[in-house]
Amino acid sequence: MTQEPFLSIRNLSKSYGAAAALRSVTLEVGPDELVVVLGPTGAGKTTLLRTIAGLEAPDEGSICMGGRDVTRSSPPERDVALVFQEFSLYPNWTVRANLEFPLRAPGRRLDRAAIGGRVSWAASILKIERLLDRKAQHLSGGEMQRVAIGRAIVRRPRIFLMDEPLTNLDAKLREALRVELACLRRELHAPMLYVTHDQVEALSMGDRVAVLSEGRILQTGSPAEIYTRPASPLVARQLGQPAINLLNVTRAGGWWRTAGGAAIAPADGQEGAEMILGVRPEDVSISGGDCPAVVRMVEETGPAKILLVDWAGCEVHIIAAAAAAVRPGDTIRPRVDASRVILWPADSLGS
Amino acid sequence: MSFLEVHALTKTFPDGTRAVRGIDLAAEEGEFIVLLGPSGCGKTTTLRMIAGLEAATSGRIVLGGRDVTSLRPSRRDVGFVFQFYALYPHMTVRDNIAFPLEAAGMSRRERAEVVDAVARGMGIGKLLGRYPRQLSGGDQQRVSLARAVVRKPGLYLMDERLGTLDSARRLELREFIRRRQQEMGVTTIYVTHDQEEAMSLADRIVVMCDGSICQQGPPMVIYGEPASLFVAEFVGSPGMNFIAGSIASDGARRCFAPDGSPARVPVEADSPAGPAMLGIRPEHVGIAADGPIAGRVVMDEYQGTSRCVHVDAGFPRNVVARLPAGHQCAIGSAVRLSLDSSRLRFFDSRMGQRL
Repeated sequence: MTQEPFLSIRNLSKSYGAAAALRSVTLEVGPDELVVVLGPTGAGKTTLLRTIAGLEAPDEGSICMGGRDVTRSSPPERDVALVFQEFSLYPNWTVRANLEFPLRAPGRRLDRAAIGGRVSWAASILKIERLLDRKAQHLSGGEMQRVAIGRAIVRRPRIFLMDEPLTNLDAKLREALRVELACLRRELHAPMLYVTHDQVEALSMGDRVAVLSEGRILQTGSPAEIYTRPASPLVARQLGQPAINLLNVTRAGGWWRTAGGAAIAPADGQEGAEMILGVRPEDVSISGGDCPAVVRMVEETGPAKILLVDWAGCEVHIIAAAAAAVRPGDTIRPRVDASRVILWPADSLGS
Repeated sequence: MSFLEVHALTKTFPDGTRAVRGIDLAAEEGEFIVLLGPSGCGKTTTLRMIAGLEAATSGRIVLGGRDVTSLRPSRRDVGFVFQFYALYPHMTVRDNIAFPLEAAGMSRRERAEVVDAVARGMGIGKLLGRYPRQLSGGDQQRVSLARAVVRKPGLYLMDERLGTLDSARRLELREFIRRRQQEMGVTTIYVTHDQEEAMSLADRIVVMCDGSICQQGPPMVIYGEPASLFVAEFVGSPGMNFIAGSIASDGARRCFAPDGSPARVPVEADSPAGPAMLGIRPEHVGIAADGPIAGRVVMDEYQGTSRCVHVDAGFPRNVVARLPAGHQCAIGSAVRLSLDSSRLRFFDSRMGQRL
């Protein structure tokens, strides 16, 4: 990030009784940056957004927006927009009325023409002009979420906070809206913090991704950095479909070998050293290796096949070409692309 | 005779909605069938009629040679795995999972063995002594799934069970369901809107739209040889690319000319002349200096194993190319697209069916 960050969070902590929801979270979002916070249910994603919005007070730490400390400011003073996974619209109101609502809030003092202009602008960006006079309850799920996003953008807030906005949609709609949101964001030139448990959203939408687990940020970086150079096995497992293969290996005779003796990759260092070796399913090919493996399952994805193989006592996933002729029960000789292997100390599995 | 046979099944709701419009479906013993379609296509209603939770307006359901159309759910020997399957709050996880076995009269020892095996398979072995209120939402779902698959009924019925779980968890569970189903050999009907789930689980996918079946077949046939624009678009993430135009001879070559574009895409010599909608999967679109279609990169979606590059080529819809993850394309850069001629599929541009 070359510019001064718009949002800057320092050592933010928050507990509910004995349960720590956030543990010293530090994170920055640039003025035209989309940062995705990726983590499973219960990681603290929603608490983080609510704390930034001012709906929760942190126990410790500070929040700065546009260079000003807002840790103790009220939600309206912060001027953020939250978009939730539930489409929070007034069902009996028209789309237009739903979009106008945030602009009619006391203290906004926008005249009729200005309100109309903002609503048309938001409707055209989100391609919902033809829905303006329809009641919210008659919209489809995808249309409702577009209107909910519209309600956030009409206000032209200083930052967008998105809480899994696509989670409740059909898979196909999710895919379409993901692309739309990425385009929308480029038009708005506004900072955006987007939380999700969906690794595809994180990788494809984020300028940067912060991996959150049990209230702690484990790693922050570009999607490719997080994917190809995860700092720990825990981070590695959050990304990738199917998940990265993690194998306990020992150095023997110049190779990293599994307990079953399969030679995975050339090793340097001390004989007998133990490590955790991570290799992504797409970096294992189905032939060219020495040690045999038995194919247990074959899953079609369309563009590729996912194999689950038993390789000298270890279960390993491999992504193979859609045209590969492999069936359950076949014996193959997998080969690992040694240049793509990641090694961690043997005691880092839980971290 | 197939294990499950559905004949001319229809459902019309009292408000006149024709949710299911005469479908025929057969499942062989041990087969895993996925009903796939968007919200409102009639897939859940079909499943509920097979389960007996919804009365059929007309048609017949035959299970294991027995006409069950008018039987109560409990007399059909089906195992439901529906979305909101409540747990008994006053029973431990072990007792919750064992409940269907106890009801079936299995001995205490056998019950314990079966419950242990299922719980281990789903990664909830450590939770057996707890009560539902002491579990996270995700674990509650896993327990309810375990309870649903612990018994061996004639037929499993599953409805978007995995939809509300975290994506990482969903993948684990998918593998578990597939393994369990293969071990037990139970015929399964699974309903989902997620094409990826359908591709990975099904022996056969039945694609539904507007209350009817639009195509059925093994996953790779549905994916590679879609019968209509709807199937081609719905299956695949992202779906197939479409370009409207026409096929004609250009000298000695046969070419596809996109509407309003000077581009000429070579096609196989036996392609039928005339207007057509060209379809091609993103993984069969490449970027090549001598590609016939010129455009500009408008979006680049990194996905770890690959990236999807969206190109504006002046057509009504962007063309998406799936490229190796290392192949970066700057937004706004000019590119030329090549299409693998053996992978082109042509559809009737008005009616949508395959030519």
